Amino acid sequence: MLPFLLSFYVLFVYPIISTVIMSFQQVLGLHDTRFIGLRNYSRLIDVHFGNAIKTSTLYAFFTIAVLIPLPVIFSVFLSARTMVARNFFRSVLFIPALTSAVAAGVAFRLFFGETAIWPANQLLGLFGLHPVRWTLGYGSGLFIMVALASWRWLGVNVVYFLAGLQNIPPELYESADIDGASPLSKFFYITLPLLKPIIVYVLTISIYGGYAMFAESYVYWPEGMPGDTGLSMVRYIYQQAFGRNDLGYGSAIGIALLAIVFTINLVQLRFFGLFRREREYS
Amino acid sequence: MIGGRRLAASRLLLLAFFVAVGAAVLFPFYFLLVSSFRPSQELFTEGFHLGIRLKGMTLTNYQVLLQGSGVIYLSWYKNSILITALFTAVSLFLSSLVGYGLGVYVFKGRNLIFTLVLFLLMIPLEILMLPLYKLLVTIHLINTYAGVILPFVVSPAGIFFFRQYSAGIPRDYVDAGRMDGCTEYGIYARIMAPLMRPAFGAMAILLAMREWNDFLWPLIVLRTNENFTIPVGLASLMSPYGNNYDMLIAGAILAIVPIIVLFLFNQRAFVSGLTVGGIKG
Repeated sequence: MLPFLLSFYVLFVYPIISTVIMSFQQVLGLHDTRFIGLRNYSRLIDVHFGNAIKTSTLYAFFTIAVLIPLPVIFSVFLSARTMVARNFFRSVLFIPALTSAVAAGVAFRLFFGETAIWPANQLLGLFGLHPVRWTLGYGSGLFIMVALASWRWLGVNVVYFLAGLQNIPPELYESADIDGASPLSKFFYITLPLLKPIIVYVLTISIYGGYAMFAESYVYWPEGMPGDTGLSMVRYIYQQAFGRNDLGYGSAIGIALLAIVFTINLVQLRFFGLFRREREYS
Repeated sequence: MIGGRRLAASRLLLLAFFVAVGAAVLFPFYFLLVSSFRPSQELFTEGFHLGIRLKGMTLTNYQVLLQGSGVIYLSWYKNSILITALFTAVSLFLSSLVGYGLGVYVFKGRNLIFTLVLFLLMIPLEILMLPLYKLLVTIHLINTYAGVILPFVVSPAGIFFFRQYSAGIPRDYVDAGRMDGCTEYGIYARIMAPLMRPAFGAMAILLAMREWNDFLWPLIVLRTNENFTIPVGLASLMSPYGNNYDMLIAGAILAIVPIIVLFLFNQRAFVSGLTVGGIKG
């Protein structure tokens, strides 16, 4: 176990501690650091940092709003008794997860190309709408990032939920059938409650994934981001630490990110955890 | 009773629904593939056509990548293959050893270590980049394979996966091995590792896929063009001015194809790698 403890220390504990230390420093060079107290943190009260929090939060919110309900519904449909070629469609939905965000980004950049000759705008054209310059607006910028993430992760979540559905004892549905329950009430009273642990798990990793977003922003805006469109928190860390060589400030943003993700997940897990216990006692 | 006709109708409806969803999901691949066979100048004046026009199709984009001005792509490919292979091998070895240790041995602090591993699954590892970067600069591993591979080679997800798997194997095997005078490492190598073969298969595929597609960390570590991995290289071609779409599109296709082929032949391993790691916890 010693090698593990050692590598654990070097690879995880040391960096976490030194992120905290660096966030209190002005890092000028490798060995040239100065302790500047909370000054990096006071610099966080800044319009760009605010924009980055807003973008990451909205991005996490919308990816979750797409990537939990849709896969739940899809996997319920896929596991229906009358479904044919179930495994084939599961595989089809999973294939986008195999791509890197960059390779998929090449397709999505073109798909959301700004003139009328690219698919997304061609589609809008069918409804008589004007072409949209997707990367220039804040809302449309958020939309194309969420679209890329949703496309890539849909199949993964379907796999999770399908596995969860297989663990639900079929007797429950059989007795509900005998009682004459409608498909909808079976969904709300059997499927959803029994799927809850997996939904909570997916929610937890999606909150983390949402706030960790970087590549989805990079592929659409490799350089400048007009009006901070697409500026996520990790992107902001990257920009400050490597673009401006300000490792201290980057660390402070990192600690803020850690605090946000941790708080949201604790609150969320507590909320759903308590909720479950109440149900069991009632 | 549900009538036969209603059953058939519901079957047809479901099928139609998933054919539509599947087509939408696969559309970006189709779009990319069709575009990769068109000269990029034509692509940018005419845009996307839904139909396939065999007449105008050309392999120029691929020729540029493999022999022409974009031949640097082959170096990126080589780097990606080597980094993925080395990462997967080392990571499998270490994660399986640690996961096995946590799953089979009882020792002081075991639960603490396991809790720490679970904790790591929940925090954004992105915040570790900055000190790790500083560390790599200090020990001169910037712009090397080792710099890309080492920091994340002990995978918390891998440890978790192997711990769950090895805890499910009856302890009798370990005891029998000990009785026959096998050393502890011998038990791992000769008895447990073969028993965990399905776990190795599933995790190998998952780790390889992640490393092949990884972007942010290689972007930070790799500094010169000839050392880039495919995602970093492709991203370096994207810029607000002159996008090299002839290289980008064909390059993206060639990056995606091997993983899809791997997936088509090992679907069960992909799925079990995801679900055992995630759900049985």
